Amino acid sequence: MIFYLLRRIVYTVPIMLGVAFFCFLLVHISPGDPLVAILPPDASVELQRQLMTLYGFDRSWPEQFFGWLWRALQGDLGTSIATGRPVADEVFRAVGNTLMLACLATLIGFLLGSLFGFVAGYFSNSWVDRAASALSVLGVSVPHYWLGMVMVIVFSAWLGWLPPTGAGPGGSDQWAWDWAHIQYMVLPAVTMSVIPMGIIARTVRALVADILAQEFVVGLKAKGMTDSGIFLHVVKNAAPTALAVMGLQLGYLLGGSILIETVFSWPGTGFLLNSAIFQRDLPLLQGTILVLAMFFVLLNLLVDTLQTAIDPRIQR
Amino acid sequence: MTTLNAGAAPAPVYERSAGFWSGVLKKLARDPVAIGAAAVLLALVLIALFAPLITPHDPYQTSLLKRLRPIGFENFLLGTDELGRDLLSRLMLGARLSLFMGIVPVLIAFVLGSAIGILAGYAGGLANTLIMRTIDVLYAFPSVLLAIALSGALGAGIGNALLSLTIVFIPPIARVAESVTTQVRGRDFVEAARASGAGAFTIVRVHVLGNVLGPIFVYATSLIAVSMILASGLSFLGLGVRPPEPEWGLMLNTLRTAIYTQPWVAALPGVMIFITSISFNLLSDSLRSAMDVKN
Repeated sequence: MIFYLLRRIVYTVPIMLGVAFFCFLLVHISPGDPLVAILPPDASVELQRQLMTLYGFDRSWPEQFFGWLWRALQGDLGTSIATGRPVADEVFRAVGNTLMLACLATLIGFLLGSLFGFVAGYFSNSWVDRAASALSVLGVSVPHYWLGMVMVIVFSAWLGWLPPTGAGPGGSDQWAWDWAHIQYMVLPAVTMSVIPMGIIARTVRALVADILAQEFVVGLKAKGMTDSGIFLHVVKNAAPTALAVMGLQLGYLLGGSILIETVFSWPGTGFLLNSAIFQRDLPLLQGTILVLAMFFVLLNLLVDTLQTAIDPRIQR
Repeated sequence: MTTLNAGAAPAPVYERSAGFWSGVLKKLARDPVAIGAAAVLLALVLIALFAPLITPHDPYQTSLLKRLRPIGFENFLLGTDELGRDLLSRLMLGARLSLFMGIVPVLIAFVLGSAIGILAGYAGGLANTLIMRTIDVLYAFPSVLLAIALSGALGAGIGNALLSLTIVFIPPIARVAESVTTQVRGRDFVEAARASGAGAFTIVRVHVLGNVLGPIFVYATSLIAVSMILASGLSFLGLGVRPPEPEWGLMLNTLRTAIYTQPWVAALPGVMIFITSISFNLLSDSLRSAMDVKN
């Protein structure tokens, strides 16, 4: 177990280096001068050169990469070209908002998905199973940005129950855990939860059907165990895999929240990426992607570790 | 003397041995879900192909007087968009770019990803490690994030969006190709071919390809729905197709301002994306269970 963990961590290091290198490359594959966005068209050559030196674009590639990596390790992700503020500050403020939304969405998706998956697996090949399967296909097929628009149409424009966009009254970024703020979270979180719901429902259905078909369940029944007792056994057997899938889904939501955040004007990393792309603010783009990708890599590591720790069937 | 009529001559009928693929097709033909999904997709492809001939109005004709009309207004069956263009005509013509942008990246990634994966799987050893660890780096990004990072850095446009999506789909396909190839490589018939002096190229062409392309293909079809949603998503963000070309994701984006005035018109392009991705998902699911020999 410890040995496996060490190997897994050692294996993650080159992946993280590769991810960092890819993020570094992003600035260099983009066409045109990265400074074009802030330079006035009539900027003097002198000013241009000064800015090149300031952002380090005049040095060689390896020099730039290792310099950038070294600073990134110390928490310095550079300076946003558009706002002039440190990228790290902007990213970490936004990551909190995205994390909040993604966690809530994963939780909703996990609860509903497990419920549907359990029911479908218990009554496999019945109409309940078919309905639950249909629902999970719908969940993985729906363009979530469109679903977000439909949610706004129905619950904001039509029924007037919930606010359509933003993250608090008056567009303030002072978050608080009261209904005045939480109501802004409901629509984006529910919209976002549809994908993990579909995937978790599928996984749990397959797991439960598989477990119920195993001989030990027949044995327990023969010994006279009640249905609720057997249910506990099924939960215990299905939990590690289902939890692992949930962890991975959280990672996908963190990285994929940009479309939902754009629809709901949620001030998270997606929103930040959007403005970075359209203002051609490459350091901000690079920093945001780096942080999100690292989150994803570490989350994968964590999920693997926890799964190995709680599931005695996995021998590594 | 009887005249020989070529048409009437009784051709020798050989019962073709029921091969694997004809079995799969037979199973698919008996699956109502697969038939339904295939019919919807066929209809969409036909609409896309013949769009210029069948659109009731000019999809680019704007009209300031007839902006955002409701469904069924005069002879605009599905209303008009924010510039007064006929929505039905634009949805029809939009099928072209939307389907193209959804399917082509998966096709290219299927070819390149299979090649990379088969090469790595067959070569094994150090080459395998080098190739697959590089693939793992790209695989370490959530797909939406990778697509947006690449097209955000490259800039908007159809070509850049296609390139980004292709890069997104190569790693998962290469991984599947590598693992299937590694399994096939250890089988006895490959061993036998090698013992009888066949070269690496011949073994891959004759013995490996036929056994691995099927599973890789099924996996690739399951990615088309994802690709449809992602491609339209890029256009929705303003990173893919540029106006005034009709594309469902872009149309959804420009109609966002109309969700209070004409909500049902505004939601229509998304319905098209939804229908397409559901059909691809259902067809892919059916294909997978038809190919599952255990059933």
